[in-house]
Amino acid sequence: MYDTGKVIGGLVVFLILATSPLIFNAMSSTSAEPPELVPPPNGTQQCVMPTEWMRSSHMNLLDQWREDAVRRGDRDFVIEATGETVTKSLTLTCMDCHSNKSEFCDRCHDYLEVAPYCWDCHVAPVEGKEVR
Amino acid sequence: MMDGSRRSFLKLAGLTALGAAGAAGASTRQASANPEVATEPAHTGTRLAMVVDLRKLDADGEVAKRCIEACHKAHNVPSFNSIKDEVKWIWTEDFETAFHSQEFHFLREDLEHKPTLLLCNHCDNPPCTRVCPTQATWKRESDGVVMMDWHRCIGCRYCIVACPYGSRSFNWRDPRTAENLADPAMRNPEFPTRMRGVVEKCNFCEERLARGEQPACVEACDNDELVFGDLNAPGSKVREMLGRHLAIRRKPGLGTQPEVYYIVDDPATLGAGSDEPAVAEQPEMEGDHA
Repeated sequence: MYDTGKVIGGLVVFLILATSPLIFNAMSSTSAEPPELVPPPNGTQQCVMPTEWMRSSHMNLLDQWREDAVRRGDRDFVIEATGETVTKSLTLTCMDCHSNKSEFCDRCHDYLEVAPYCWDCHVAPVEGKEVR
Repeated sequence: MMDGSRRSFLKLAGLTALGAAGAAGASTRQASANPEVATEPAHTGTRLAMVVDLRKLDADGEVAKRCIEACHKAHNVPSFNSIKDEVKWIWTEDFETAFHSQEFHFLREDLEHKPTLLLCNHCDNPPCTRVCPTQATWKRESDGVVMMDWHRCIGCRYCIVACPYGSRSFNWRDPRTAENLADPAMRNPEFPTRMRGVVEKCNFCEERLARGEQPACVEACDNDELVFGDLNAPGSKVREMLGRHLAIRRKPGLGTQPEVYYIVDDPATLGAGSDEPAVAEQPEMEGDHA
């Protein structure tokens, strides 16, 4: 092969340049800050399901609630931890506590770059100034 | 040998054909004895219905306006300043227009142009639900309400074509740009808006029924202009009204079995107030016909 040194050297330079963002991130200790979620303003401590489960699976719960309430007319949900009965409703139950949508739902959804279309139709609670 | 085998083959083929024809005939007979469309509604369970007392609706449509406002406010129904984009759950037409297929000739003038409240008839045999490709609309078995699931509607508008009453509207524009919904503070937070490209209609206030309340339009009336209840409960108010008055339905000949009834009789002509069911008497035949 002609110019072995130049070719190999060029390849090495290319690899370093191409992976430079990764190398930079690995060497520096900066990382994207996880979103800071603000708990319900009304002081509620008890969610309808355990917090950890909600963090990962609230969308499944909402999907199930939608199916139950709209199609089966089954609107009552019993919170296992307290035995309390709530209505299966995003706007009436979830948003009743999490009335700070922009500091709760939106922050995490923005961080994860997901855009659920719930709010195309469901009316978000009116917050101080910021309203979507 | 060859002739014989051909003959036996033809015999066998003939027998098979006969058998097949017989089986087909039998199944056809079975089908006609068991028609898909029941002509007589089954009187079991709950069957929600509404009675509109036209005698009590005023000529200026003030009561109707109140009902419409209450409904459209409760359900975030967008109002655009254009008939082309109109979305309506409950609305009015002149009596004559609303019942044009009934062919009333020389109709009493006050009735002819009376603003008549119209809404989804929540038919017992709804044509709209059959055509929906996504089951976004269906008749609820528990009480007969014709439901909609806006999560599922893909906006094909087959149901709009299927509905003979014009009860369904399409959101040609984003409803949140409508003058009454543009300001988020004006929306009813307890009920969703719709999005562009979705069909909507009256839901008999199923969300209010679930809370044990009456429909919004019924609640907006203060003189029983609209009465709502279970048609299958013999003592219910709707049954009592239907038993005592002459009530008509829109386009009954289509077989959709609409469940919104209109009381048209005038107390003076049909003797309202008596406990007898109002039935027009046949005049006695006179003369040669014995």
